[in-house]
Amino acid sequence: MTTATTDRALTNEEVARYSRHLIMPEVGMDGQLKLKAASVLCIGAGGLGSPVAMYLAAAGVGRIGIVDFDVVDYSNLQRQIIHGTPDVGRPKLESARDSLAAINPEVDIETHDLALSSANALDVFHEYDVIVDGTDNFPTRYLVNDACVLLGKPNCYGSIFRFEGQASVFGAPGGPCYRCLYPEPPPPGLVPSCAEGGVLGILPGVVGTIQATEAVKLIIGAGEPLIGRFLIYDALRMRFRELKLRKDPECPVCGDNRTVTELIDYDQFCGVAPAAAPTADAPPPSDDATVEQLKARLDSRDEPFILDVREPQEYQICNIPGSTLIPLGELPSRLHELEGRGEMIVHCKSGARSAKAVKLLREAGFGQAKNLRGGILRWIDVVDPTLPKY
Amino acid sequence: MPTRILIPTPLRVYAGKQDVIEVEGSTVGELLANMTAEYTELRKHLYNEDGRLRAFVAIFVNDDDIRFLEKEATPVKEGDTVSIIPTVAGGGGL
Repeated sequence: MTTATTDRALTNEEVARYSRHLIMPEVGMDGQLKLKAASVLCIGAGGLGSPVAMYLAAAGVGRIGIVDFDVVDYSNLQRQIIHGTPDVGRPKLESARDSLAAINPEVDIETHDLALSSANALDVFHEYDVIVDGTDNFPTRYLVNDACVLLGKPNCYGSIFRFEGQASVFGAPGGPCYRCLYPEPPPPGLVPSCAEGGVLGILPGVVGTIQATEAVKLIIGAGEPLIGRFLIYDALRMRFRELKLRKDPECPVCGDNRTVTELIDYDQFCGVAPAAAPTADAPPPSDDATVEQLKARLDSRDEPFILDVREPQEYQICNIPGSTLIPLGELPSRLHELEGRGEMIVHCKSGARSAKAVKLLREAGFGQAKNLRGGILRWIDVVDPTLPKY
Repeated sequence: MPTRILIPTPLRVYAGKQDVIEVEGSTVGELLANMTAEYTELRKHLYNEDGRLRAFVAIFVNDDDIRFLEKEATPVKEGDTVSIIPTVAGGGGL
């Protein structure tokens, strides 16, 4: 860990700013100088990255790096408190830099406008003491883990879904890594993301501040770090639980006979097709229905049966007139409600869940089920822009 | 004597929306088999096509990962709590 350059004293302004740290024996002048000499990299300026970067800046971490390439969207504001309403449409890095500079102009902010990859991760991580993982996808989670293990840098890990959060410190010397707990990622589509499943806006605030706390503790060398322990937080029940994590001697990255000695292709490892995913504008497979076709059918009173496989909360936000709601999860047990239906146009928010529903329906003998390409978002774009998008 | 299995948020939709399921069994394997016999949709989320526990779902008896105990043969006794801890990737970024 970073050692304080004791010849670099705090200015009078800094003493005033950090006085509540300085009077505590666990931090004190030594700890504050360690913080000033330290550098932390936040992967992502989103839900977790917001409180992490803001609190680390306020705490006086000397250099904070942020990796992101996204733009602030209205749907971010419910939880990404480093960005404000006037920032919508701005790059998150710019918005984050402004917020952090307002909190503490003493801190050096380094922005990394890139998608983290095997080609750049080691170079970027190399410049920092502690890495804080606030990403939202499995390929980047494994990439961050492996890069931290290879470089011997601790990874303050946090992850969130709906009302539940997880936190730990991986990759610390002698401690387990993410792969010791989860050797392999789930196949794509099996584990829902926050964009699909939703997340309580306050949840990343709790989990992110835990990550920031661990980063500060590692830097100043105080307390018991969350190494070898997995903290699980259930916001609905307001309950914290702790599980023991062990270093797996057979771990391919940090075990005794490691097989991963350099970064790999994480999209391939996670079974994700790299980039160039088909967009709603791509020509539809011949079997799919388009929103234009559906609109024409509804206008000519040749109304097909429209099946909406989203959740009731989503249906309440917006729906296509005349559609019938059966959430995807309930579909297998409610197939009898569809008996006798011929043609069916099946839709969800953007087309992924309805594609699964169509596969399921066809296997169950509903041969005329068709996926509405692009889902209700496409319907709103093309047919009815008065409906709210979510 | 039934043992409590804690169901995580992402899997509750396949478990009748319950967060706790009580089932009978003397080992982790028996408990999970009895549970998935009743909640069949859970099965594919816990086991792969070869019938092995999936590598992205960790099973704990009390505080301990069964992979470092006796895996599915890990015995459970009265009062134990079994937790299913699946990986989640969310960072609230999107």
